[in-house]
Amino acid sequence: MSESRDYNDIPGTYVMDGKHSRKGYHLNMFCMSLNKAENREAFRADEEAYLNTFPMTPEQRQAVLDRSWLELLRLGGNIYFTFKIAAFDRLNMQHLGAAMSDTPMTEEEFAQMMIDGGRSIEGNRSKTEAKNG
Amino acid sequence: MAKIIAGIGTSHVPSLGAALDHGKTQTDYWKPLFDGLEPARRWIAETNPDVCIIIFNDHASAFSQALISTFAIGVAPEFQPADEGYGPRQVPVVKGDGELAWHIAESLILDEFDMTIVNEMPVDHGLTVPLSVMYDQPAEWPCRVIPVCVNVIQYPQPTANRCYNLGKAIRRAVDSYPEDLRVAIVGTGGLSHQLQGERAGLINSEFDTTFLEKLVTEPETIKSMSHTEYLREAGSEGIEMIMWLTMRGALDDQVNEIYRFYHVPASNTAYGLLVLENE
Repeated sequence: MSESRDYNDIPGTYVMDGKHSRKGYHLNMFCMSLNKAENREAFRADEEAYLNTFPMTPEQRQAVLDRSWLELLRLGGNIYFTFKIAAFDRLNMQHLGAAMSDTPMTEEEFAQMMIDGGRSIEGNRSKTEAKNG
Repeated sequence: MAKIIAGIGTSHVPSLGAALDHGKTQTDYWKPLFDGLEPARRWIAETNPDVCIIIFNDHASAFSQALISTFAIGVAPEFQPADEGYGPRQVPVVKGDGELAWHIAESLILDEFDMTIVNEMPVDHGLTVPLSVMYDQPAEWPCRVIPVCVNVIQYPQPTANRCYNLGKAIRRAVDSYPEDLRVAIVGTGGLSHQLQGERAGLINSEFDTTFLEKLVTEPETIKSMSHTEYLREAGSEGIEMIMWLTMRGALDDQVNEIYRFYHVPASNTAYGLLVLENE
């Protein structure tokens, strides 16, 4: 699973392959648990205590507590799962999009970027292209 | 005999469902998109299929990493709207067609598509937003629904070619069903979008436009595109577009294009809508 793969050249993109999935399993399963109202209540009552019921790494727990959206992806999270934390916080995908962007951006600026046609593919196809941009 | 009469492609972006549920369809932001749905809604009201086979993906609602099924088919009498983290959408329960669904499941497996057969499956926005796109806000959905769930989250997703061929196998299954039924097949998801990471917000309209054109006129030319090309060009979540190929595979080689609509943005997504009829 350690060989280089062609999709690793796509900038700012965390592909959920087997390696990523193994790393993030318990983190993602914690996120999944927030689909149930009673679990959301338990998490709301004491976030740390609830997180301790999942065999996650200390870094993963901290990233959840900090709502560190990019770090959650780096630690094996997948956006469809980590978005459950955002839904819990009543945040939308544009808030997350802004928070994960490589250049600092507010939610309003991110929403405007989308209205203006979204983030351009030009310069964002590959890490080499982005670097030489 | 049962017959596939038409195919529909639509994005299933959740904010579209939320805009409808919360009465925001006439705002400056949403009106152009909802106006763009109208011709398709008039068409489906006139066409009124008995059954819709909806090709969609689950978003960590019914399935998690605990069990990852590449292709699953729902055979239950009904499917409840899922709680995706803020309570279920207030939309009608989705009624299935167990007899046809089991017929398709058996036919597909004997045709060497090894389906996961699902009796209990809450359905999330991936399935209910396409119903809202087609039917607005009825008290009951006007058609029975056979949900076909495709893994598009865990790499490797099924190839575009496999999805296309699944469509062809679904066609064979429907064609061999004795009851007179008019069936529509719906491919959902996409178009270009990336929700995650530093590249979040990616839209590639040129790619989307070419994809829609080729899907209608020469689908064989896009079915061999690799995972990496979809991820790179359409965005990490844009790979959902492979589900439109299942819809297309179930139709005739030559189809009548009834309607096409494209709009950016719907939240973080390029919205696409396509209506095709068999000749």
